[in-house]
Amino acid sequence: MFQPAKSIDDVIAPIADGCMLVVPREVSGVPMSATRALIRRGVKRLHLVALPTSSLQADLLIGAGCIETLETSAVSLGEFGPAPRFSAAATSAAIKIKDATCPALHAALQASEKGVPFMPLRGLIGSDILKYRDDWKVIDSPFGSDDPIVLLPAIKPDVALLHAPMADRLGNVWIGRQRELATMAHAAAKTVVTVEKIYDGNLLDDPTLAAGTLPGFYVESIVVAERGAWPLGLPDFYAADAEHLALYARMAATEAGFAEYLDKYVYEKRAA
Amino acid sequence: MTKTSFRDEELLADVIARLIGDVRHVAVGNASPIPATAALLARERGNGRPYVSLLQSRKHNFFTDGGRELFDCAGQGRIDVFFLSGGQIDGQGNVNLVNIGEYDRPKVRFPGSFGSAYLYYVVPKVILFRTEHSRRTLVPKVDFVSAPGTSDGNVFRTGGPIGLVTNRCAFTFADGRFTLASVHPGHTQEEVVENTGFEFDKPRSVPETPAPTPETLKLMREVIAPQLAEVYPQFAAQVFGVGQPAFAR
Repeated sequence: MFQPAKSIDDVIAPIADGCMLVVPREVSGVPMSATRALIRRGVKRLHLVALPTSSLQADLLIGAGCIETLETSAVSLGEFGPAPRFSAAATSAAIKIKDATCPALHAALQASEKGVPFMPLRGLIGSDILKYRDDWKVIDSPFGSDDPIVLLPAIKPDVALLHAPMADRLGNVWIGRQRELATMAHAAAKTVVTVEKIYDGNLLDDPTLAAGTLPGFYVESIVVAERGAWPLGLPDFYAADAEHLALYARMAATEAGFAEYLDKYVYEKRAA
Repeated sequence: MTKTSFRDEELLADVIARLIGDVRHVAVGNASPIPATAALLARERGNGRPYVSLLQSRKHNFFTDGGRELFDCAGQGRIDVFFLSGGQIDGQGNVNLVNIGEYDRPKVRFPGSFGSAYLYYVVPKVILFRTEHSRRTLVPKVDFVSAPGTSDGNVFRTGGPIGLVTNRCAFTFADGRFTLASVHPGHTQEEVVENTGFEFDKPRSVPETPAPTPETLKLMREVIAPQLAEVYPQFAAQVFGVGQPAFAR
Protein backbone atom coordinates (compact mmCIF):
# COMPACT_ATOMS: atom_id res chain seq x y z
CA MET A 1 0.00 0.00 0.00
CA PHE A 2 1.05 3.59 -0.65
CA GLN A 3 2.86 5.11 2.32
CA PRO A 4 3.63 8.78 2.82
CA ALA A 5 7.41 9.23 2.65
CA LYS A 6 9.46 9.66 5.79
CA SER A 7 11.29 12.82 4.74
CA ILE A 8 11.45 15.53 2.12
CA ASP A 9 14.84 14.16 1.08
CA ASP A 10 13.22 10.83 0.17
CA VAL A 11 10.55 12.60 -1.86
CA ILE A 12 12.97 14.73 -3.88
CA ALA A 13 15.33 11.79 -4.59
CA PRO A 14 14.01 11.33 -8.18
CA ILE A 15 15.05 14.91 -8.98
CA ALA A 16 18.48 13.90 -10.26
CA ASP A 17 21.26 16.18 -11.46
CA GLY A 18 20.59 17.26 -15.05
CA CYS A 19 16.93 16.28 -15.06
CA MET A 20 14.03 18.28 -16.47
CA LEU A 21 11.88 19.50 -13.59
CA VAL A 22 8.55 21.26 -13.97
CA VAL A 23 7.22 23.60 -11.25
CA PRO A 24 4.07 25.69 -11.00
CA ARG A 25 3.35 29.42 -10.88
CA GLU A 26 2.96 31.21 -7.57
CA VAL A 27 -0.86 31.04 -7.24
CA SER A 28 -0.83 27.26 -7.57
CA GLY A 29 1.20 26.64 -4.44
CA VAL A 30 4.97 26.47 -4.77
CA PRO A 31 6.90 23.70 -2.95
CA MET A 32 9.41 25.96 -1.18
CA SER A 33 10.37 23.54 1.62
CA ALA A 34 11.26 20.98 -1.02
CA THR A 35 13.16 23.63 -3.00
CA ARG A 36 15.30 24.46 0.02
CA ALA A 37 15.92 20.72 0.50
CA LEU A 38 17.03 20.42 -3.14
CA ILE A 39 19.50 23.26 -2.65
CA ARG A 40 20.84 21.68 0.55
CA ARG A 41 21.30 18.40 -1.33
CA GLY A 42 23.25 20.36 -3.96
CA VAL A 43 21.26 19.47 -7.08
CA LYS A 44 23.03 20.58 -10.27
CA ARG A 45 22.34 21.31 -13.95
CA LEU A 46 18.56 21.30 -13.69
CA HIS A 47 16.46 22.12 -16.74
CA LEU A 48 13.73 24.00 -14.91
CA VAL A 49 10.40 24.49 -16.65
CA ALA A 50 8.22 27.08 -14.92
CA LEU A 51 4.54 26.60 -15.76
CA PRO A 52 4.30 29.27 -16.95
CA THR A 53 6.18 31.70 -14.64
CA SER A 54 8.14 31.60 -11.41
CA SER A 55 9.17 33.91 -8.61
CA LEU A 56 11.23 33.14 -5.50
CA GLN A 57 11.63 29.44 -6.34
CA ALA A 58 13.45 29.98 -9.64
CA ASP A 59 15.44 32.89 -8.21
CA LEU A 60 16.71 30.79 -5.28
CA LEU A 61 17.62 27.81 -7.48
CA ILE A 62 19.43 30.07 -9.96
CA GLY A 63 21.33 31.91 -7.23
CA ALA A 64 22.34 28.63 -5.60
CA GLY A 65 23.82 27.38 -8.88
CA CYS A 66 21.31 24.56 -9.43
CA ILE A 67 20.09 25.60 -12.89
CA GLU A 68 21.64 25.07 -16.29
CA THR A 69 18.59 25.80 -18.44
CA LEU A 70 15.50 27.78 -17.54
CA GLU A 71 12.37 27.60 -19.66
CA THR A 72 9.81 30.20 -18.61
CA SER A 73 7.55 33.06 -19.63
CA ALA A 74 8.81 35.27 -16.81
CA VAL A 75 10.58 35.36 -13.47
CA SER A 76 9.72 38.21 -11.12
CA LEU A 77 9.12 38.81 -7.43
CA GLY A 78 5.88 40.61 -8.30
CA GLU A 79 5.19 43.50 -5.93
CA PHE A 80 8.66 42.97 -4.44
CA GLY A 81 10.36 43.86 -7.70
CA PRO A 82 12.64 42.10 -10.19
CA ALA A 83 14.07 38.67 -9.33
CA PRO A 84 17.66 39.68 -8.56
CA ARG A 85 19.51 36.38 -9.08
CA PHE A 86 17.59 35.71 -12.32
CA SER A 87 18.56 39.17 -13.61
CA ALA A 88 22.21 38.67 -12.61
CA ALA A 89 22.37 35.23 -14.24
CA ALA A 90 20.76 36.56 -17.44
CA THR A 91 23.10 39.53 -17.80
CA SER A 92 26.20 37.40 -17.13
CA ALA A 93 24.88 34.57 -19.37
CA ALA A 94 25.43 32.16 -16.48
CA ILE A 95 22.36 30.11 -17.41
CA LYS A 96 20.65 29.28 -20.67
CA ILE A 97 17.24 30.92 -20.87
CA LYS A 98 14.58 29.57 -23.20
CA ASP A 99 12.09 32.41 -23.31
CA ALA A 100 8.50 31.38 -23.92
CA THR A 101 5.03 32.82 -23.59
CA CYS A 102 2.54 31.45 -21.04
CA PRO A 103 0.15 29.59 -23.37
CA ALA A 104 3.09 27.98 -25.19
CA LEU A 105 4.21 26.26 -21.99
CA HIS A 106 0.68 25.16 -21.15
CA ALA A 107 0.21 23.82 -24.69
CA ALA A 108 3.57 22.01 -24.85
CA LEU A 109 2.78 20.18 -21.60
CA GLN A 110 -0.70 19.37 -22.90
CA ALA A 111 0.97 17.70 -25.90
CA SER A 112 2.75 15.34 -23.49
CA GLU A 113 -0.51 14.80 -21.64
CA LYS A 114 -2.04 13.57 -24.87
CA GLY A 115 1.04 11.65 -25.97
CA VAL A 116 1.29 13.64 -29.21
CA PRO A 117 4.56 15.14 -30.53
CA PHE A 118 3.50 18.80 -30.76
CA MET A 119 0.74 21.36 -30.33
CA PRO A 120 -0.11 24.27 -32.63
CA LEU A 121 -0.51 27.76 -31.14
CA ARG A 122 -1.73 31.10 -32.49
CA GLY A 123 0.21 34.31 -31.91
CA LEU A 124 4.02 34.28 -31.78
CA ILE A 125 4.68 34.99 -35.48
CA GLY A 126 6.72 38.21 -35.63
CA SER A 127 7.79 37.92 -31.99
CA ASP A 128 11.52 37.65 -31.24
CA ILE A 129 10.64 34.83 -28.84
CA LEU A 130 10.01 32.67 -31.89
CA LYS A 131 13.20 33.96 -33.55
CA TYR A 132 15.35 32.62 -30.69
CA ARG A 133 13.52 29.27 -30.35
CA ASP A 134 15.04 26.97 -32.93
CA ASP A 135 12.99 24.11 -31.45
CA TRP A 136 9.71 25.77 -32.55
CA LYS A 137 8.53 25.56 -36.14
CA VAL A 138 6.14 27.50 -38.33
CA ILE A 139 4.06 25.58 -40.87
CA ASP A 140 1.29 26.52 -43.24
CA SER A 141 -1.86 25.08 -41.67
CA PRO A 142 -2.79 21.93 -43.59
CA PHE A 143 -6.45 22.87 -43.02
CA GLY A 144 -6.19 26.42 -44.37
CA SER A 145 -4.53 28.29 -47.19
CA ASP A 146 -1.67 30.69 -46.51
CA ASP A 147 -2.34 30.37 -42.78
CA PRO A 148 1.02 30.18 -40.96
CA ILE A 149 0.87 28.66 -37.48
CA VAL A 150 3.51 27.80 -34.86
CA LEU A 151 4.13 24.21 -33.72
CA LEU A 152 5.58 23.60 -30.26
CA PRO A 153 7.27 20.29 -29.46
CA ALA A 154 5.85 18.43 -26.45
CA ILE A 155 7.59 19.14 -23.15
CA LYS A 156 8.06 15.87 -21.29
CA PRO A 157 9.56 16.57 -17.87
CA ASP A 158 11.38 13.89 -15.91
CA VAL A 159 9.79 15.07 -12.68
CA ALA A 160 6.92 17.35 -11.63
CA LEU A 161 7.29 18.85 -8.14
CA LEU A 162 4.22 20.35 -6.50
CA HIS A 163 2.80 21.41 -3.15
CA ALA A 164 -0.87 20.86 -2.38
CA PRO A 165 -3.24 21.37 0.56
CA MET A 166 -3.72 17.66 1.30
CA ALA A 167 -3.32 14.05 0.22
CA ASP A 168 -4.78 10.79 1.45
CA ARG A 169 -2.94 7.61 2.41
CA LEU A 170 -3.72 6.08 -1.00
CA GLY A 171 -1.58 8.66 -2.79
CA ASN A 172 -4.44 10.81 -4.09
CA VAL A 173 -3.66 14.53 -3.91
CA TRP A 174 -6.26 17.27 -3.55
CA ILE A 175 -5.32 20.16 -5.85
CA GLY A 176 -8.66 21.98 -5.95
CA ARG A 177 -9.04 24.32 -8.89
CA GLN A 178 -5.29 24.38 -9.68
CA ARG A 179 -5.75 22.18 -12.71
CA GLU A 180 -2.30 22.97 -14.13
CA LEU A 181 -0.93 20.80 -11.33
CA ALA A 182 -2.78 17.90 -12.94
CA THR A 183 -1.37 18.85 -16.36
CA MET A 184 2.14 18.84 -14.88
CA ALA A 185 1.59 15.43 -13.32
CA HIS A 186 0.02 13.96 -16.47
CA ALA A 187 2.92 15.22 -18.58
CA ALA A 188 5.84 14.27 -16.32
CA ALA A 189 7.38 10.81 -16.01
CA LYS A 190 7.25 11.08 -12.21
CA THR A 191 5.39 13.36 -9.82
CA VAL A 192 6.54 14.12 -6.30
CA VAL A 193 4.42 16.05 -3.87
CA THR A 194 4.57 17.89 -0.57
CA VAL A 195 1.30 18.56 1.26
CA GLU A 196 0.10 20.54 4.23
CA LYS A 197 -1.62 17.55 5.78
CA ILE A 198 -2.87 13.99 5.36
CA TYR A 199 -6.60 13.51 4.79
CA ASP A 200 -8.16 10.60 6.64
CA GLY A 201 -10.09 8.54 4.12
CA ASN A 202 -10.16 8.29 0.33
CA LEU A 203 -10.37 11.65 -1.50
CA LEU A 204 -12.04 9.93 -4.44
CA ASP A 205 -14.97 8.71 -2.30
CA ASP A 206 -16.40 12.22 -1.92
CA PRO A 207 -17.57 13.61 -5.30
CA THR A 208 -17.04 17.21 -4.22
CA LEU A 209 -13.40 16.44 -3.43
CA ALA A 210 -12.87 13.93 -6.24
CA ALA A 211 -13.30 16.60 -8.94
CA GLY A 212 -10.31 18.46 -7.53
CA THR A 213 -8.18 15.39 -6.92
CA LEU A 214 -5.09 14.21 -8.76
CA PRO A 215 -5.33 10.39 -8.67
CA GLY A 216 -2.52 8.55 -6.85
CA PHE A 217 -1.91 6.62 -10.08
CA TYR A 218 0.24 9.56 -11.24
CA VAL A 219 2.02 10.13 -7.95
CA GLU A 220 5.44 8.74 -7.02
CA SER A 221 5.73 9.96 -3.45
CA ILE A 222 4.24 12.36 -0.93
CA VAL A 223 5.49 13.93 2.28
CA VAL A 224 3.87 16.29 4.74
CA ALA A 225 5.53 19.71 4.77
CA GLU A 226 3.50 22.09 6.89
CA ARG A 227 3.63 25.64 5.57
CA GLY A 228 5.54 24.05 2.72
CA ALA A 229 5.03 27.06 0.44
CA TRP A 230 6.53 29.54 2.93
CA PRO A 231 7.51 32.34 2.47
CA LEU A 232 5.13 32.25 -0.50
CA GLY A 233 1.45 31.79 0.21
CA LEU A 234 -0.85 28.86 -0.39
CA PRO A 235 -3.99 30.50 -1.77
CA ASP A 236 -7.14 29.79 0.26
CA PHE A 237 -4.95 28.56 3.15
CA TYR A 238 -2.31 31.12 4.08
CA ALA A 239 -0.94 34.39 2.76
CA ALA A 240 2.58 35.14 1.62
CA ASP A 241 5.05 36.38 4.23
CA ALA A 242 5.46 39.87 2.77
CA GLU A 243 8.02 40.92 5.36
CA HIS A 244 10.24 37.97 4.52
CA LEU A 245 9.86 38.47 0.75
CA ALA A 246 10.89 42.12 1.14
CA LEU A 247 13.89 40.93 3.17
CA TYR A 248 14.79 38.44 0.43
CA ALA A 249 14.55 41.12 -2.28
CA ARG A 250 16.95 43.30 -0.27
CA MET A 251 19.45 40.56 0.58
CA ALA A 252 19.47 38.89 -2.86
CA ALA A 253 20.29 42.21 -4.54
CA THR A 254 23.99 41.37 -4.09
CA GLU A 255 25.84 38.06 -4.38
CA ALA A 256 27.18 38.41 -0.85
CA GLY A 257 23.75 39.20 0.54
CA PHE A 258 22.30 36.21 -1.29
CA ALA A 259 25.00 33.92 0.17
CA GLU A 260 24.11 35.21 3.60
CA TYR A 261 20.41 34.53 2.89
CA LEU A 262 21.20 30.94 1.86
CA ASP A 263 23.27 30.38 5.01
CA LYS A 264 20.54 31.67 7.23
CA TYR A 265 17.30 30.46 5.65
CA VAL A 266 18.30 27.49 3.46
CA TYR A 267 21.33 25.91 5.14
CA GLU A 268 20.05 27.23 8.49
CA LYS A 269 23.53 27.76 9.84
CA ARG A 270 23.62 29.42 13.21
CA ALA A 271 25.56 32.62 13.68
CA ALA A 272 29.09 31.92 14.92
CA MET B 1 -17.16 72.74 -8.08
CA THR B 2 -14.10 72.75 -5.88
CA LYS B 3 -10.99 71.12 -7.23
CA THR B 4 -10.45 67.68 -5.74
CA SER B 5 -6.93 66.42 -5.37
CA PHE B 6 -6.14 62.98 -6.76
CA ARG B 7 -3.15 60.80 -7.34
CA ASP B 8 -1.64 59.90 -10.75
CA GLU B 9 -2.74 56.29 -10.26
CA GLU B 10 -6.35 57.39 -9.79
CA LEU B 11 -6.32 59.51 -12.94
CA LEU B 12 -4.77 56.70 -14.99
CA ALA B 13 -7.26 54.14 -13.71
CA ASP B 14 -10.10 56.50 -14.62
CA VAL B 15 -8.69 56.99 -18.15
CA ILE B 16 -8.25 53.24 -18.61
CA ALA B 17 -11.77 52.53 -17.31
CA ARG B 18 -13.16 54.81 -20.07
CA LEU B 19 -11.06 53.03 -22.71
CA ILE B 20 -12.44 49.65 -21.59
CA GLY B 21 -15.85 50.76 -22.83
CA ASP B 22 -18.90 48.54 -23.17
CA VAL B 23 -17.55 44.99 -23.31
CA ARG B 24 -18.33 41.58 -21.85
CA HIS B 25 -15.05 40.32 -20.37
CA VAL B 26 -11.93 42.14 -19.17
CA ALA B 27 -8.87 40.16 -18.04
CA VAL B 28 -5.96 41.59 -16.06
CA GLY B 29 -2.56 39.89 -15.93
CA ASN B 30 0.45 40.08 -13.65
CA ALA B 31 1.91 43.28 -12.21
CA SER B 32 -1.01 45.43 -13.37
CA PRO B 33 -2.48 47.18 -10.32
CA ILE B 34 -3.67 50.29 -12.21
CA PRO B 35 -5.47 48.29 -14.93
CA ALA B 36 -6.94 46.10 -12.18
CA THR B 37 -8.29 49.24 -10.49
CA ALA B 38 -9.74 50.35 -13.83
CA ALA B 39 -11.36 46.99 -14.57
CA LEU B 40 -12.97 46.80 -11.12
CA LEU B 41 -14.14 50.40 -11.51
CA ALA B 42 -15.73 49.59 -14.89
CA ARG B 43 -17.49 46.60 -13.31
CA GLU B 44 -18.71 48.65 -10.36
CA ARG B 45 -20.14 51.32 -12.67
CA GLY B 46 -21.76 48.65 -14.85
CA ASN B 47 -23.43 46.87 -11.93
CA GLY B 48 -21.42 43.71 -12.32
CA ARG B 49 -20.64 43.92 -16.07
CA PRO B 50 -18.15 43.47 -17.63
CA TYR B 51 -16.96 40.18 -16.18
CA VAL B 52 -13.51 40.84 -14.71
CA SER B 53 -10.81 38.21 -14.31
CA LEU B 54 -7.84 39.21 -12.19
CA LEU B 55 -5.38 36.42 -12.82
CA GLN B 56 -3.79 36.24 -9.39
CA SER B 57 -7.04 36.64 -7.51
CA ARG B 58 -9.20 34.02 -5.86
CA LYS B 59 -12.23 36.23 -5.47
CA HIS B 60 -12.16 38.10 -8.79
CA ASN B 61 -11.42 35.17 -11.08
CA PHE B 62 -13.89 32.52 -12.19
CA PHE B 63 -11.50 30.19 -14.02
CA THR B 64 -11.54 26.58 -12.82
CA ASP B 65 -9.55 24.82 -15.53
CA GLY B 66 -6.04 25.94 -14.63
CA GLY B 67 -3.77 28.58 -16.09
CA ARG B 68 -4.53 27.55 -19.64
CA GLU B 69 -8.22 28.52 -19.47
CA LEU B 70 -7.53 32.25 -19.83
CA PHE B 71 -5.54 31.62 -23.01
CA ASP B 72 -8.02 29.13 -24.42
CA CYS B 73 -10.77 31.64 -23.69
CA ALA B 74 -8.80 34.41 -25.45
CA GLY B 75 -8.06 32.17 -28.44
CA GLN B 76 -11.80 31.79 -28.99
CA GLY B 77 -12.42 35.54 -28.72
CA ARG B 78 -13.99 35.32 -25.28
CA ILE B 79 -11.76 38.03 -23.79
CA ASP B 80 -12.42 41.55 -25.03
CA VAL B 81 -9.85 43.63 -23.17
CA PHE B 82 -6.36 42.95 -21.80
CA PHE B 83 -3.49 45.17 -20.64
CA LEU B 84 0.21 45.12 -21.42
CA SER B 85 3.17 47.16 -20.35
CA GLY B 86 6.80 46.91 -21.37
CA GLY B 87 10.33 47.81 -20.39
CA GLN B 88 10.27 49.46 -23.81
CA ILE B 89 7.37 50.34 -26.13
CA ASP B 90 8.05 51.72 -29.60
CA GLY B 91 6.16 53.87 -32.10
CA GLN B 92 4.94 50.81 -34.02
CA GLY B 93 3.29 49.45 -30.89
CA ASN B 94 5.91 46.74 -30.34
CA VAL B 95 6.41 45.82 -26.69
CA ASN B 96 9.61 44.54 -25.09
CA LEU B 97 9.38 42.61 -21.84
CA VAL B 98 12.69 40.75 -22.23
CA ASN B 99 15.87 42.79 -22.36
CA ILE B 100 17.91 45.88 -23.24
CA GLY B 101 20.92 45.18 -25.44
CA GLU B 102 21.72 41.85 -27.09
CA TYR B 103 19.51 38.87 -26.26
CA ASP B 104 22.45 36.55 -25.57
CA ARG B 105 24.28 39.02 -23.34
CA PRO B 106 21.75 41.66 -22.23
CA LYS B 107 22.65 44.88 -20.44
CA VAL B 108 19.35 44.72 -18.56
CA ARG B 109 17.07 41.73 -18.22
CA PHE B 110 13.32 42.19 -17.63
CA PRO B 111 11.11 39.43 -16.17
CA GLY B 112 9.93 38.01 -19.51
CA SER B 113 7.11 38.14 -22.01
CA PHE B 114 4.33 36.51 -19.91
CA GLY B 115 1.32 35.95 -22.19
CA SER B 116 1.99 38.94 -24.44
CA ALA B 117 3.24 37.01 -27.48
CA TYR B 118 -0.19 35.39 -27.72
CA LEU B 119 -2.75 37.72 -26.14
CA TYR B 120 -1.62 40.76 -28.19
CA TYR B 121 -2.80 38.87 -31.28
CA VAL B 122 -6.15 37.57 -30.08
CA VAL B 123 -7.61 40.14 -27.64
CA PRO B 124 -9.45 42.83 -29.64
CA LYS B 125 -8.68 45.73 -27.29
CA VAL B 126 -5.23 45.65 -25.73
CA ILE B 127 -4.57 48.77 -23.66
CA LEU B 128 -0.89 49.58 -23.19
CA PHE B 129 0.15 51.34 -20.00
CA ARG B 130 3.47 52.62 -18.79
CA THR B 131 3.71 54.82 -15.71
CA GLU B 132 7.21 56.04 -16.61
CA HIS B 133 6.83 58.19 -19.74
CA SER B 134 10.42 58.85 -20.83
CA ARG B 135 12.79 58.43 -23.77
CA ARG B 136 14.14 55.41 -21.92
CA THR B 137 10.78 53.58 -22.05
CA LEU B 138 9.10 55.03 -25.17
CA VAL B 139 11.72 54.34 -27.81
CA PRO B 140 12.06 54.54 -31.62
CA LYS B 141 12.63 50.77 -31.83
CA VAL B 142 12.49 48.11 -29.11
CA ASP B 143 15.59 45.97 -28.52
CA PHE B 144 13.48 42.80 -28.35
CA VAL B 145 9.99 42.30 -29.76
CA SER B 146 8.05 40.31 -27.17
CA ALA B 147 4.91 41.02 -29.15
CA PRO B 148 4.56 43.07 -32.35
CA GLY B 149 2.10 45.96 -32.65
CA THR B 150 0.97 44.87 -36.10
CA SER B 151 1.34 41.77 -38.27
CA ASP B 152 1.47 40.84 -41.95
CA GLY B 153 -1.90 40.28 -43.57
CA ASN B 154 -1.65 36.48 -43.60
CA VAL B 155 -0.94 36.19 -39.86
CA PHE B 156 -4.00 35.26 -37.81
CA ARG B 157 -4.72 38.36 -35.79
CA THR B 158 -8.03 39.43 -34.28
CA GLY B 159 -6.53 41.78 -31.71
CA GLY B 160 -3.89 44.33 -30.90
CA PRO B 161 -3.22 47.68 -29.25
CA ILE B 162 -5.89 50.39 -29.19
CA GLY B 163 -4.01 52.93 -27.08
CA LEU B 164 -1.26 53.75 -24.62
CA VAL B 165 -1.76 55.48 -21.29
CA THR B 166 1.21 57.00 -19.47
CA ASN B 167 1.75 59.27 -16.49
CA ARG B 168 1.75 62.28 -18.88
CA CYS B 169 -0.85 61.58 -21.57
CA ALA B 170 -3.01 59.14 -23.51
CA PHE B 171 -2.40 58.03 -27.10
CA THR B 172 -4.69 56.13 -29.43
CA PHE B 173 -3.20 53.53 -31.79
CA ALA B 174 -4.37 52.78 -35.32
CA ASP B 175 -2.73 51.75 -38.61
CA GLY B 176 0.61 51.15 -36.94
CA ARG B 177 0.96 54.60 -35.36
CA PHE B 178 0.18 56.42 -32.13
CA THR B 179 -1.84 59.65 -32.04
CA LEU B 180 -1.83 61.95 -29.04
CA ALA B 181 -5.38 61.86 -27.62
CA SER B 182 -5.16 63.94 -24.45
CA VAL B 183 -2.61 65.42 -22.07
CA HIS B 184 -3.11 64.90 -18.35
CA PRO B 185 -3.74 67.88 -16.03
CA GLY B 186 -0.46 69.46 -14.93
CA HIS B 187 1.40 68.25 -18.03
CA THR B 188 2.02 69.89 -21.43
CA GLN B 189 2.27 68.84 -25.07
CA GLU B 190 5.84 70.14 -25.21
CA GLU B 191 6.75 67.95 -22.27
CA VAL B 192 5.15 64.93 -24.00
CA VAL B 193 7.16 65.56 -27.18
CA GLU B 194 10.33 66.12 -25.17
CA ASN B 195 9.95 62.82 -23.31
CA THR B 196 8.77 60.56 -26.13
CA GLY B 197 11.43 58.69 -28.09
CA PHE B 198 9.14 57.80 -31.02
CA GLU B 199 7.25 59.92 -33.53
CA PHE B 200 3.50 60.19 -33.21
CA ASP B 201 0.65 62.09 -34.80
CA LYS B 202 -0.69 65.21 -33.16
CA PRO B 203 -4.06 66.71 -34.02
CA ARG B 204 -4.26 70.52 -34.17
CA SER B 205 -5.93 70.71 -30.83
CA VAL B 206 -5.31 68.19 -28.06
CA PRO B 207 -7.68 68.24 -25.08
CA GLU B 208 -6.73 67.97 -21.45
CA THR B 209 -7.54 64.57 -19.92
CA PRO B 210 -10.63 65.03 -17.73
CA ALA B 211 -9.85 64.72 -14.02
CA PRO B 212 -11.65 61.95 -12.14
CA THR B 213 -14.93 63.18 -10.66
CA PRO B 214 -15.46 63.17 -6.88
CA GLU B 215 -17.92 60.26 -7.38
CA THR B 216 -15.28 58.24 -9.23
CA LEU B 217 -12.66 58.97 -6.59
CA LYS B 218 -15.06 57.94 -3.85
CA LEU B 219 -15.83 54.66 -5.66
CA MET B 220 -12.15 53.91 -6.15
CA ARG B 221 -11.15 54.72 -2.60
CA GLU B 222 -14.06 53.20 -0.73
CA VAL B 223 -15.28 50.29 -2.88
CA ILE B 224 -12.47 49.30 -5.26
CA ALA B 225 -9.42 49.71 -3.04
CA PRO B 226 -10.45 47.04 -0.50
CA GLN B 227 -11.09 44.57 -3.37
CA LEU B 228 -7.69 45.36 -4.83
CA ALA B 229 -5.90 44.67 -1.57
CA GLU B 230 -6.34 40.91 -2.01
CA VAL B 231 -4.08 40.83 -5.09
CA TYR B 232 -2.00 43.99 -4.70
CA PRO B 233 -1.63 44.54 -0.94
CA GLN B 234 1.44 46.77 -1.28
CA PHE B 235 -0.17 48.93 -4.00
CA ALA B 236 -3.50 49.21 -2.15
CA ALA B 237 -1.70 50.26 1.01
CA GLN B 238 0.56 52.79 -0.74
CA VAL B 239 -2.03 54.39 -3.03
CA PHE B 240 -5.25 54.07 -1.10
CA GLY B 241 -4.00 53.45 2.43
CA VAL B 242 -6.16 50.35 2.80
CA GLY B 243 -5.53 46.82 3.93
CA GLN B 244 -2.63 45.32 5.75
CA PRO B 245 0.54 43.84 4.35
CA ALA B 246 -0.24 40.22 3.49
CA PHE B 247 1.76 38.67 6.35
CA ALA B 248 -0.25 40.45 9.01
CA ARG B 249 -3.62 39.07 7.92
